[in-house]
Amino acid sequence: MSHLELISYIVVCALATFATRVVPFAALGKQAEHPLVLHLGRYLPPAVMLVLVIYALREFRPLEGGQLNVAANGLPMLLAALVVTILHVWRRNALLSIVIGTGCYMLMVQLGWSQG
Amino acid sequence: MRSPNSRRVSEESVIPTGTWGSAATRTLPVMFGYLPLGAAFGILAIEIGVPWWGALLMSLLIYAGAGQFLAVALMAAGAGLLEVAVATLMLNSRHVFYGLSLLKRFQGAGKGKPYLIFALTDETYSLLTSQPAEERHDHSMALRISALNHLWWILGSLGGAMLSTAIDFDSRGIEFALTALFIVLTLEQARRLRQGLPFIIALFAGFGALLLVPDQHMLLAAIGATCLILLLHYRWSKSDARGSSV
Repeated sequence: MSHLELISYIVVCALATFATRVVPFAALGKQAEHPLVLHLGRYLPPAVMLVLVIYALREFRPLEGGQLNVAANGLPMLLAALVVTILHVWRRNALLSIVIGTGCYMLMVQLGWSQG
Repeated sequence: MRSPNSRRVSEESVIPTGTWGSAATRTLPVMFGYLPLGAAFGILAIEIGVPWWGALLMSLLIYAGAGQFLAVALMAAGAGLLEVAVATLMLNSRHVFYGLSLLKRFQGAGKGKPYLIFALTDETYSLLTSQPAEERHDHSMALRISALNHLWWILGSLGGAMLSTAIDFDSRGIEFALTALFIVLTLEQARRLRQGLPFIIALFAGFGALLLVPDQHMLLAAIGATCLILLLHYRWSKSDARGSSV
């Protein structure tokens, strides 16, 4: 691939990605006070956040192939997610919940839970 | 306005608002996710034959996690420019919904607005929509958070591209930081909103999409469905308010 080809490739990807981000602002910028837009502004972010959690945890399929799924991405992920949730409800310290939860997950994955 | 509870006040007195330092603290979990994911992208790009500056340009100008992985995969497969454009539009179309809920928020952001729009990744969206209410008119804080997340992504991919042979793989699992971030932000949103509605909708849309839609389209389907249900809910609540039973 020549440099020119590579650069045109990158420019096309950059424009397409930016397009998806700028469309609502370009099309509806003057409607920012519309009650429907305010409604979405209020309820969409929390809903999207939970969707992202579900998306991030989707590797957990508890009965994959008729067996308990304890693959590296399965059970450890759910356990670590529980740790984060409990810790955050209890202490409400974002960084603490994230660091301890991630540490738990890394430990489980690196100690080869998937073979256990 | 609700009266601030004491715990909140003490937290904020420790971490000063409106500085690069507090922005960096806010973006730490994203850093833990973006450095390894960016490095994974950098390694992949080099393996496929993209020079290091190509990987750098992609992270600088495209700045979309899954989008960049897709781009190098299509590049390796020899896909045409049109194909790449369409695939990128499809993959990233969920960003349209993010913008919809930030129209009002980004009003008056001035010169920084184009950058705020450009840098609107899943993670940045999550952090910006979780900022405390009193901070939302301060666009400089939003700009700092956006720029730092972008920087973590660039540093990660550059590091991956430069050190692709010498990466220590004992960082396996560190990308869970992003999952943990989403969980924490969901809990914070729930605490602030104190309404079950958006979470019930998200559960339906999320698990529905998980069951019904192929994995690569699951996220878009779930967010699209969430937005649609919220539109319907808006219409219902509006006709209820008018007292008309259409």
